[in-house]
Amino acid sequence: MTQEPYVRTEMLSEQPAPSGQTGIVKWMRVNLFSSISNSIISLLTILVVIFALYEFLPWMLQPSWGAESLRECLNDPNITGACWGVINDRFNQLMFGFYPHESQWRPLLAFVLMLVAVAPVLFDKLPRKMVWFSALYPFLGVWLLWGGTIWGPLMVIAGFVIGVVVHKVLSNIVGSLAAIILSVLVTILWWLYGVGSIAGALSGIAPIGIAEVSSSDFGGLMLSITIGVSGIALSLPIGIVLALGRQSDMFVIKLLSVGFIEFIRGVPLITLLFTASVLLNFFLPPGTNFDLVLRVIIMVTIFASAYMAEVIRGGLAALPTGQYEAADALGLDYWQSMQLIIMPQALKISIPGIVGTFIGLFKDTTLVSIIGLLDPVGLIVSIQGTSDWNGIVWELYTFIALMFWVFTFSMSRYSMYLENKLKTSH
Amino acid sequence: MSQTNENAAASSAMDVSDEVAIQITNMNKWYGDFHVLKDINLTVNRGERIVVCGPSGSGKSTLIRCINRLEEHQKGDIIVDGTELSSDLKNIDKIRSEVGMCFQHFNLFPHLTILENCTLAPIWVRKTPKKEAEEIAMHFLEKVKIPEQALKYPGQLSGGQQQRVAIARSLCMKPRIMLFDEPTSALDPEMIAEVLDTMIELAEEGMTMICVTHEMGFARKVANRVIFMDAGQIVEQNEPEAFFNNPQSERTKLFLSQILGH
Ligand SMILES: Nc1ncnc2c1ncn2[C@@H]1O[C@H](COP(=O)(O)OP(=O)(O)OP(=O)(O)O)[C@@H](O)[C@H]1O
Ligand SMILES: [Mg+2]
Repeated sequence: MTQEPYVRTEMLSEQPAPSGQTGIVKWMRVNLFSSISNSIISLLTILVVIFALYEFLPWMLQPSWGAESLRECLNDPNITGACWGVINDRFNQLMFGFYPHESQWRPLLAFVLMLVAVAPVLFDKLPRKMVWFSALYPFLGVWLLWGGTIWGPLMVIAGFVIGVVVHKVLSNIVGSLAAIILSVLVTILWWLYGVGSIAGALSGIAPIGIAEVSSSDFGGLMLSITIGVSGIALSLPIGIVLALGRQSDMFVIKLLSVGFIEFIRGVPLITLLFTASVLLNFFLPPGTNFDLVLRVIIMVTIFASAYMAEVIRGGLAALPTGQYEAADALGLDYWQSMQLIIMPQALKISIPGIVGTFIGLFKDTTLVSIIGLLDPVGLIVSIQGTSDWNGIVWELYTFIALMFWVFTFSMSRYSMYLENKLKTSH
Repeated sequence: MSQTNENAAASSAMDVSDEVAIQITNMNKWYGDFHVLKDINLTVNRGERIVVCGPSGSGKSTLIRCINRLEEHQKGDIIVDGTELSSDLKNIDKIRSEVGMCFQHFNLFPHLTILENCTLAPIWVRKTPKKEAEEIAMHFLEKVKIPEQALKYPGQLSGGQQQRVAIARSLCMKPRIMLFDEPTSALDPEMIAEVLDTMIELAEEGMTMICVTHEMGFARKVANRVIFMDAGQIVEQNEPEAFFNNPQSERTKLFLSQILGH
């Protein structure tokens, strides 16, 4: 049988999909009840969730917000579960620790400005000029939190300017490598010996500043965020440098990187924190008063950057060698090819691991309670020690868990957003 | 080399000058204990188009990768464009910016658009202003006939288009020498032609080219010289007509019968 020649004369218009092919019914059919075993698993899961909520919700939903002590909750026949009064009563402490009341606007402002500072880094649609604020923020943030004279941070910034100027002047006289080394040296000397005395002298002339707050007053969520954010911001660049060092052709650099990474990864964070709180004082010259929170930040950063380095190394290893070769063949030098070709791709591959490390670091900040810092977990013990709240446990843990979850969940959502945005192929 | 056969006559526009572009003398290379390249001697004049062929593993890729120092040779000399390849990084970067290279698997940068792929090296290595670099890039993308893809990402292009972008990317550096390592062997038949056309056009403009390829039609059409390698050595080299019609060595005959035989 031969087929008739055929030419279409009119095009078909679009029809709506048959019912049951879109919407909730279709979604449930595909995702929950696609087969018998899938249906059984779905039903069991739904039952477990309902059971958990059934047990947990009545405990949570208690009219106990106004209670002023645990005794009040126990004596009130209407309250049969959680005694939320403790959160209400100690909210300020859970947020700020013992940070002076009249100065608490400073950490709040620092937090809001931090959001402004990270915004252009997280979202590339924002104006690029905002990055200048991000670069200045670390000094501003430190000043707001610890207070003191404005000249301190200004002189530290001046150190960068001095470094750049020295480099500019010297690079024409001595070689470029020598110029870099010398300018770094001059900058460090300035920070070590210049900043303190000059800032002191200047504040004698023009005493501009805000009240100093000792870091022993830091506490609560504010302390967790201070340690967590500094650790995150510092560990990524250090991790990148370590990962590159580990891949380096230069034996000594490679050895140092591998040694550092393997040593730090082999030591529990708690050990490092004890080192920070106790041992460092033995090594530092007597009389130096090195801020405890700062020491903890350094230790947390060191710890996280070793993990970061390994995560990024994974990304580097996943890149095909062709990418390195193409960059070389075009005449890009090592730093150019790392900055323009290799790192953007390696970091993109490592996003889940990097964010995982960030989340881990943020949660690990609660370990500082063991060396006596009053982060939210550390505060629990001191709150339990008061006669009003002696014996309270779950309410505080639940609340702290929720606070941490808000932060870590945002990070994980952002990582998914970023992965999606950076997808360039189909 | 005489230039009297019909092949060269047909493409008399392709002048070969006496100026030496690449000079390789007594070059040897080892991978660990394995002697990959043995006593390679090769002189390439400016404007010459050389096709390198040979069985798999004979060292063709290694040879051309030594020319821009993607691989390091251990003995002998390689002089490219008057600059000797040594461990001096300045020389290496200078040579790499003068020598373009296209790979079997294109090696485009997947995180950059086609245009950014093409402007990257001119901007960072040659310090060309961005606007000018983009004009140059568009010029070469037009030349390889895909200007309309400039804002797409490599992952959105077909293999043949990607390889043409790779050629354009190299050309944007205005290289004096182009190296091709099996540029068509990862492509489907219908895409091979479009890439070869681009390469033929390049040859007609007098580019100095060394191509590792098994496209014998291409060799006959544009090459001044065909080099046959086996076991890390140059076994035979001749003008295309003579090479294909009258091979001298037994190995060459065997190889040709294998690739042309069916
Ligand atoms: N990095 C390396 N380390 C050790 N041996 C290698 C390396 N690269 C290549 N070889 C070996 O060197 C020899 C030559 O390799 P080369 O890639 O130059 O061959 P080729 O002629 O290009 O082959 P093909 O046609 O398959 O591409 C092969 O035997 C290969 O196994
Ligand atoms: Mg090869």
